[in-house]
Amino acid sequence: MIEFRSVRKQYDDGTVAVQELSLTVPAGTVTVLVGPSGCGKTTLLRMVNRMIEPSSGAVLLDGGDVRDSEPARLRRGIGYVIQQAGLFPHRTVRDNVATVPRLFGHGRREARRRAEGLLERVGLPSEIGKRYPAQLSGGQQQRVGVARALAADPPVLLMDEPFSAVDPVVREGLQDELLRLQGELGKTVLFVTHDIDEAVKLGENVAVLRQGGYLAQYAPPEQLLAEPADDFVTSFVGRDRGYRRLSFVDSSGLRAGSVDTVRIGDTSADVPSQAGWVLVLDTHDRPRGWLPPEATIHGQLTEDQLIAGGSLHTGGAPLRGALDAALSSPSGLGVVVDEDGVYLGVVTARQVLEILESGRHPAVSEGAFR
Amino acid sequence: MISEIAAWLLDPAHWTGGEGVLRQSWLHLLYCVFAVCAAAVIAIPLGLYIGHTGRGSVLVVAFGNAVRALPTLGLVTGLAMLYQGSAALAALVVLAFPAVLSGTYAGVNAVPADAVDAARGMGMSSAQRLWQVELPNALPLLMGGVRNAMLQVMATTAIAAYVGLGGLGKLLIEGQAIRHYDQMASAAILIALLAVLVDLVLAGLTRLLVPRGVMLVVAETGAGPRGRREQR
Amino acid sequence: MIDELVRYLSSPSNREVLLEQLGQHVYLALVPLIAGVSLALPLGRLAQRVRWLRGALLGTAGVVYTIPSLAVFVLLPGIIGTGYTSPVNIVIALTLYTTALLVRPVVDALESVPTHVTVAATAMGYRPHRRFLAVELPLAVPALTSAVRVASVSNISLVSVGALVGSGGLGRLFMVGFERPDLVQIPVGIVLTVLLALLVDLLLVVGWRSLTPWERAGRAVIGS
Repeated sequence: MIEFRSVRKQYDDGTVAVQELSLTVPAGTVTVLVGPSGCGKTTLLRMVNRMIEPSSGAVLLDGGDVRDSEPARLRRGIGYVIQQAGLFPHRTVRDNVATVPRLFGHGRREARRRAEGLLERVGLPSEIGKRYPAQLSGGQQQRVGVARALAADPPVLLMDEPFSAVDPVVREGLQDELLRLQGELGKTVLFVTHDIDEAVKLGENVAVLRQGGYLAQYAPPEQLLAEPADDFVTSFVGRDRGYRRLSFVDSSGLRAGSVDTVRIGDTSADVPSQAGWVLVLDTHDRPRGWLPPEATIHGQLTEDQLIAGGSLHTGGAPLRGALDAALSSPSGLGVVVDEDGVYLGVVTARQVLEILESGRHPAVSEGAFR
Repeated sequence: MISEIAAWLLDPAHWTGGEGVLRQSWLHLLYCVFAVCAAAVIAIPLGLYIGHTGRGSVLVVAFGNAVRALPTLGLVTGLAMLYQGSAALAALVVLAFPAVLSGTYAGVNAVPADAVDAARGMGMSSAQRLWQVELPNALPLLMGGVRNAMLQVMATTAIAAYVGLGGLGKLLIEGQAIRHYDQMASAAILIALLAVLVDLVLAGLTRLLVPRGVMLVVAETGAGPRGRREQR
Repeated sequence: MIDELVRYLSSPSNREVLLEQLGQHVYLALVPLIAGVSLALPLGRLAQRVRWLRGALLGTAGVVYTIPSLAVFVLLPGIIGTGYTSPVNIVIALTLYTTALLVRPVVDALESVPTHVTVAATAMGYRPHRRFLAVELPLAVPALTSAVRVASVSNISLVSVGALVGSGGLGRLFMVGFERPDLVQIPVGIVLTVLLALLVDLLLVVGWRSLTPWERAGRAVIGS
């Protein structure tokens, strides 16, 4: 657990980076500090490993004041990931990851072995260990940065805009990877970002900070989206917060309807009277695509006669997926599948909206969007 | 004329003995290596300290500029007159100093800030950061500074023969005194060859010393490993 | 020492010689500077545009730069057939050095021009040559400043070496002072050379500033 107790940071030139601010980061969770530049989020993060000392107040780590620990020793026990990864250009990837274990006095061989295991853990092939940072892509460098921070198995991980420098597609992969890792490791993660989408996706709790170092709101993401505390949070969260909130609404109240189906390999005789769209399944009942109304089939039904379907909604997942499935489907019917991808039924966008309007959706359950 | 120079160079009598090419080349090299090493012994630690702490960086630039403006011939003749010919060696050290200092400082200064920040965040002590992160990454520019210093010293050693310091410059100045262009030109060619050769050796040494990962960064960004050129 | 200095400077013939040497020094240092810049710009442009030439040009520049000045001063008359003590040798040698010193900075400076700016210029219909002169070159100026300053200081210092092969300039003072021996002339020569270097440096800085008003404009906004 990390506890900020009335911390304040004022620089010598008089600028105040953080105003008297108190915040508790629960152990084993991801807590995100989010806000525009100049809101003091990085300052706050760097107080934890004493890269910055507060002017007043205290930071407690598992109940102990961080000022009681010698800085270097304290930092070795806290993972630290920064924006450009900050890898050492002169060391191989493997030796980069082995840095902290080596600082702890472990032998080179053992540190390297551990490093290789960690590379695998963050989704990198172990051959990459012998390369140098300059030979990696931005996304790979960030993964190495995460592996390096995890190398000494620290209970706390500080991440300062770790994914801001990579392109959106890679960033999403890295975010998913972090969530997967966190599911396995259960670290206490303090994560800084300026991207509200990233904050809402990753954080179990999100602290929104305002320029000048004020805490505007500290809440779980769904509450942040549903009940922004003030105008600043409302505008920071953005206009489409209603749509984004769907990510946190459970879809278990959604009743899936049915539609005519056929299988790949069926002949025209098997196809039902074609007044509407027909969903095509494979032999394992997994959706493959759609047949438009009045389509004629010659011989056996093959893949190339189909119209590609939209995204699929996994039953029980957040409502956003259901709406997306309905809106992206050529037939206007969102296909619902179970966790193995087997067809369950279809939903319409209207059904999703009705659930929202009726307001009888249950509050999101813990981790439903994971 | 080329044949005269070739004849001079091919005459074995010119190569051996106390005044011969071999001995003068050796002296030339010795003075230069001594001057650069003597300068480096102080300039490298000082440059590392200034780069690491950020204290006194203004001095590095001011000092470097001031020494660059000094006319080498004036420095050499002045020192030789005040003391004696061998005092020119001190001039060589003085001239080598700022190049090594600014190269070292620039090297440490150019180490990626995020790598240093990460090193601090991971719990490296100040000394560990310096030895394990800053020094290895500073090597390309540091060695560039050493090469610049060597250029400067090679050229000034040739000049210092005028005040009585030995070396290949001595053959050139003597050739001038007796108006033998073949000897002057031969000496000039040898001076040029030795300078290029020593620079090549230092370039090779740089390749050996600079970690491969850092070389890759240099190659990728296209940044010359040499940094800013100094005057000779 | 002070007395000797006063005595030296009070002689009209000494002052005359001093001024003449100073004038020669300025001429021998600045003509190569201008010639070197004029050569380095097209060469750097060439190295930037033509990939396979880049290595050859930069490599040659590196080697030229490595050769000690005294050797070049001695060898040049043999190669180009000028008189042994001709000032042309100094001018050509220093032009070579200036060019060698500036080629890489020119390439770096041209490459530091943001791609989006050159692309925008092309999209507006600039032809390559016009674009180079109107857009790329002005924007490369700030990055070139420091290299040209180094070249100017370097040239002013190197002209002195020319005295060893009989050329004029303040270097004469060092030789005369050493041979006579006369303890005044050497410090006078050193001080004048350094002052000259500082003055030219100052003029260059002022010149660049007036050539690049946008640099200060940007800083003013950032600073506010």
